[in-house]
Amino acid sequence: MKIIKHSKTLLVVVAEAVLERDLVRDVRARGAQVWTVAEVHGAAREGVREGAWEADRTIELKVICDPSLADDIAAHVLSAYARDFSVVIYFSEVAVLRPDRF
Amino acid sequence: MIDVVVLFFLLGVFARLAQSDLRLPEALYETLSIYLLLAIGLKGGIELSKQPVAELAPQVAAGMALGFVIPLALFPVARSLRLGAADAAALVAHYGSVSVVTFAVATAALARQGIPYESHAALWVAVMEAPGLVAGILLARWAVRPESGADRVPTRWGTLVHDVMLGKSVLLLMGGLAIGAVAGEAGTAPIKAVFIDPFKGVLALFLLELGLVAGARLAEMKRYGLAVLVIGLGAPPVLGLAGAGVGLALGLSTGGVALFATLAASASYIAAPTAMRIAVPQANAALSITAALGITFPFNLVLGIPLYIKLAQVLTA
Repeated sequence: MKIIKHSKTLLVVVAEAVLERDLVRDVRARGAQVWTVAEVHGAAREGVREGAWEADRTIELKVICDPSLADDIAAHVLSAYARDFSVVIYFSEVAVLRPDRF
Repeated sequence: MIDVVVLFFLLGVFARLAQSDLRLPEALYETLSIYLLLAIGLKGGIELSKQPVAELAPQVAAGMALGFVIPLALFPVARSLRLGAADAAALVAHYGSVSVVTFAVATAALARQGIPYESHAALWVAVMEAPGLVAGILLARWAVRPESGADRVPTRWGTLVHDVMLGKSVLLLMGGLAIGAVAGEAGTAPIKAVFIDPFKGVLALFLLELGLVAGARLAEMKRYGLAVLVIGLGAPPVLGLAGAGVGLALGLSTGGVALFATLAASASYIAAPTAMRIAVPQANAALSITAALGITFPFNLVLGIPLYIKLAQVLTA
């Protein structure tokens, strides 16, 4: 079987775990179909977050979608949350096999 | 003599400050906290099944009122220590709410000293969790001015009520109370070996973990200056005195007065940080947590609880 690769954008949002519900809601409302959430720990400019207990948890939200949608989501996250919450956002280009799933 | 569970806490603090590699797996922390909340609820519920619930209404009302008033009283103090309005509102909300583990350590201390207390006391914990948070959010709404040009973001009360009332701590405490009350002494006998007997051992393990977390906060104390230290050490004895007064007015037993004092003096570090993060996002969360978990929690464990028990003994003598 011949593999045909299609280009999509992987958007990663690392944020305080308290935002998970809002972020997932916002991402779905904008039309993203594929997302995963994982718990992580690490540090940003705001300090170290070890994830040792409830208020110290951090999540990593990954969304694979079209580049324009990734931009749209990132712009929203930036304006809605980045002022008060510790948020890291980055993009990378990924190749997927079945583009209609994203 | 210092209670054995407090020694576990101190071991955790020491391990952290000494930069030991000791870490408890996060899943264990989660499991232990669920266990403790359920066990505390169950124990109170079993006793609840033996008495008419209507008689407890004054205690419930007084506990809720106390939780609501504490932030209002502390707020001007926090402001006078040069904390910003948002930081002050979030901080005092932690003190209006309660710490379940501080309560558990106080009950263990009372049991060890053979001082009886109202065995439905878990009910007080469950109802005192939320009012302080509501007061803190109202203070923030009232005192924090939106940045120029920016619209005031509406508080999503629906989400907040859902998160606090159905959040893990209130849900498990209330759930445990309900199960204990419905099943009674006989019904809960088969699970006694898991939920009642090993309670203190589990509490010790949980305190070891909390010692590690509090130790990390302790190290951060100097970042937040004098205000955090003054509130963290000054608020508990004063609030404890107020709580003891309320307990006395309610006609509680010596142990009950000590527990009311402990609840008033304790600061929440499970429900409050999450609720305040959503409701007052512009507040510095680390500041509140450093005060509540890094200073007040160890103070209450080591000095506060013995003090409140002594106070209750003097007041009810």
